[in-house]
Amino acid sequence: MEKTPRIFEKNVPGSTEKLAGSTVGIAGCGGLGSNAALALARAGIGRLILADRDLVEESNLNRQCYFLSDVGKVKVEALASLIRAINPGIRLDIHRIEISPANTAELFGEADLLIEAFDRAESKRWLIETWCKSFPKRPVVGASGISGIGKSSEIIVRSSGMIHIVGDQKTSMEIGLCSARVGLVANTQANIAIALLTDMEI
Amino acid sequence: MITVNDRDRIVWREGLTVEGLMKEMGYDYALITVTVDGVLVPEDDYGTFPLRDGSRVVVFHLAHGG
Repeated sequence: MEKTPRIFEKNVPGSTEKLAGSTVGIAGCGGLGSNAALALARAGIGRLILADRDLVEESNLNRQCYFLSDVGKVKVEALASLIRAINPGIRLDIHRIEISPANTAELFGEADLLIEAFDRAESKRWLIETWCKSFPKRPVVGASGISGIGKSSEIIVRSSGMIHIVGDQKTSMEIGLCSARVGLVANTQANIAIALLTDMEI
Repeated sequence: MITVNDRDRIVWREGLTVEGLMKEMGYDYALITVTVDGVLVPEDDYGTFPLRDGSRVVVFHLAHGG
């Protein structure tokens, strides 16, 4: 933190200390996870646990936060570099791994909150279920229905108990994915996480 | 009466489970996550999880994309 003493000068008063003491898990570092991670890092989250198995591909660049020079790199490592270039004081735990129901609790056990940022609906489902079974009092912020162009007002937040889902709950990735709409959802996930961690209304 | 997604109202009956409710509402539950009164119901429990009169059910539809 001492390298960048002014980075959080414009933060909402009272939020910085709470965020600095918080840990967020990011399950998947693609369009949702990479953009949510950057937003959380800029906001001043103290620690992020990043997990993803993939390498950066050129086709990721239309919506994920990576640069052309990152293509071929391990995604979690490339993301860690970008985050540290913004906020060198953050603590990062990076795992290049296939996340599964068997390792979810161990990987993210120290997270106060989980961001679900998977591609496949089936995976979203077991991740949310595994998280809620393992840590019933900790929130999970997921996404469903992020594809296509426009229809900003159809991106909504639905909540029940500790589960918050952002998106239109309809559009599937087969229709194509666009930076702005994916980013809208990812930043809404981060916004909810920040609100929950600072005891504000989501 | 059971409320689904703060919108639909379904008449409660003795023995109604999450599975029964999903069938009644025509939901294919391959890609959904369900909570009852704010608590997630695991898929394995859909057939046995009893709904009480007044339960508030939320069905999240999960779509591909990340």
